[in-house]
Amino acid sequence: MAGFVLQRLMQAVVVMLVMSALVFVGVYAIGNPIDVLISPDATQDIRAATIARYGLDLPLWEQYFAFLGRVLSGDFGTSFVYGIPVTQLILTRLPATLELTLTAIFGATLVGVPLGMYAGYRPDRIFSRVVMGLSILGFSVPTFWIGLVLIFVFAVDLGWLPAGGRGETVSLFGVEWSFLTLDGLRHMLLPALNLSLFKFAMMVRLARSGTRETMSSDVVKFARAAGLSEWTVLSRHVLRLIAIPIVTVFGLELASTLAFAVVTETIFSWPGLGKLVIESITALDRPVMVAYLVIVSFVFIAINLSVDLAYAALDPRLSKGRS
Amino acid sequence: MTGPILRVRDLTTRFRSRAGTVTVVDGVSFTLDRGEVLGLVGESGSGKSMTGFSLIGLVDEPGRVEPTASVELDGRELVGLAEPEMRALRGRRISMVFQDPMMTLNPVLSIGDQMGLVIAAHHRMSRADMATRAAEALTRVGIPEARARLDAYPHQFSGGMRQRVAIAIAILNHPAVIIADEPTTALDVSIQAQILVELQRLAREDGTAMIWISHDLATVSTVADRVAVMYAGRIVEHGPTTAVLSRPRHPYTRGLLDSLPSRGEPGHDLAQIPGAPPSLAALPPGCAFAPRCGHADAACGVAPPATEVGPRGWRCHHPLEEARR
Ligand SMILES: Nc1ncnc2c1ncn2[C@@H]1O[C@H](COP(=O)(O)OP(=O)(O)OP(=O)(O)O)[C@@H](O)[C@H]1O
Ligand SMILES: [Mg+2]
Repeated sequence: MAGFVLQRLMQAVVVMLVMSALVFVGVYAIGNPIDVLISPDATQDIRAATIARYGLDLPLWEQYFAFLGRVLSGDFGTSFVYGIPVTQLILTRLPATLELTLTAIFGATLVGVPLGMYAGYRPDRIFSRVVMGLSILGFSVPTFWIGLVLIFVFAVDLGWLPAGGRGETVSLFGVEWSFLTLDGLRHMLLPALNLSLFKFAMMVRLARSGTRETMSSDVVKFARAAGLSEWTVLSRHVLRLIAIPIVTVFGLELASTLAFAVVTETIFSWPGLGKLVIESITALDRPVMVAYLVIVSFVFIAINLSVDLAYAALDPRLSKGRS
Repeated sequence: MTGPILRVRDLTTRFRSRAGTVTVVDGVSFTLDRGEVLGLVGESGSGKSMTGFSLIGLVDEPGRVEPTASVELDGRELVGLAEPEMRALRGRRISMVFQDPMMTLNPVLSIGDQMGLVIAAHHRMSRADMATRAAEALTRVGIPEARARLDAYPHQFSGGMRQRVAIAIAILNHPAVIIADEPTTALDVSIQAQILVELQRLAREDGTAMIWISHDLATVSTVADRVAVMYAGRIVEHGPTTAVLSRPRHPYTRGLLDSLPSRGEPGHDLAQIPGAPPSLAALPPGCAFAPRCGHADAACGVAPPATEVGPRGWRCHHPLEEARR
């Protein structure tokens, strides 16, 4: 097991290095930072001084190592647009995205998996058909459309919930969180719901097809023949057997939503990472883009690593040999 | 207590669908004494497994055991029993072992966890007591260092060992009847023999009765006290193993015996029963075996009556001569 973890960690470091190089080179290819930093009518001397100050006259590889060194110490430079350190800027935005994404994904999984399992266990019940209908809806209707409908119905028409913003926040570990206040939760409900529908649909499908397949297996027949109750069969045998695809999708969705909750964040004016990155792309705010890409790669790699470790915990065949 | 442990009368299981009704078990009756081993033989699809599932009330939808059937376990009627009561009997008074040990054990749960679930389904017990009981069962089926093996997972065992684990699970709660559905078919020949002897010994020690399902007459002849031969959902012949196998009365039993490799003369082609097992959805009227039978005539268009002579019985209009062999 320790060897497995170590091997995966090494892989993660290598991937991270490759990613950082790609990000560095890629961002150099778009736009010229000098044009953003210096007004076009600046003197030649000022231009040269600025270029030297940012190290832009050094060879690319030297710039890369300087960049790598700064990244490792958590220094992504200063945002051209906001004029504050990028690390600080991202730290104010990341929690917003984090709490929204986690709420959406955990909600979708905790509701979707049991409903999907039921639909797979009793496929002919009306309730199961309703669940499947909902999941088809979640798959086929675009997120922005559902978001607008949610705002229209619950915020505009009924006036029950706010249409945007984070609401009241509470400071914890030096950052602001909405999920700790009632007002914050009310603000989070609609965007989280919006974000979770697709994931809910996916979880329902996965759990349903896995359960259907497993229910007719010999494992279930044998467990029933030994007198296990249906609840025990489902909660102990079936759930464990269908857990691996569910964990996979959970990880993938978590990573991609953390990085790309843009649509929902924009519709609900949720001040998260997705909104920040769109703004910085339009403004060619290079340090923010670089930091965003590096952080996103890091998040992806970290989540993939956790999923791999979860596999090993869920499926003994992966971590132990024959004895 | 005296009397048979299991008394089955007119067990009939049907699958009803839009396409029609299929009778997969048709009027099966037999008794099983304490400690007795009954072999249930027949070709693939003859309804052997379905008979087993019908006995423990685990026929999949839309299949149904007809309410006119009767299955008495230890004097208690099982047909029509409410599911919670049936569940309480399954795995405790009557249990089942399946064919493929690669498929029956859950690959992601440890052996100890799987055994614990089975104990917990029937008894309130501390975890430590459960572990003791599980280890005892593993030891009884011949698994060394049982206690240490409780933390192991199925993939860490060989096929034969896995089947022993499955058997240990079946005997955990000391059932009165074990239905063994081809428990050795998926195993190597040498391991088959071990498992066979092991199950036989366990049954004898505990006085457990066993229904040994197999399509292999050779295996059955070594374990079973009595055999019942199934064809198209019906028992066509039954009786003490030696009598039935040495002097079969039903042409189908004869055909099964003749197709055994050990019985044919070396160098000659094995005798085969001509034709294929019939589709249950389109059984001929009367004797279902008639289309494949060399002795069939017009009389066979009517269902043959059950003939009972002493311990033996058959359903055939033209039973083979007693003295043929
Ligand atoms: N869901 C179902 N609907 C209709 N018929 C079914 C269904 N399940 C099983 N059967 C039929 O029941 C019959 C008996 O099957 P069973 O599994 O008892 O045979 P078997 O004697 O155990 O054969 P094998 O040696 O292959 O295990 C088969 O002909 C099968 O087609
Ligand atoms: Mg079978």
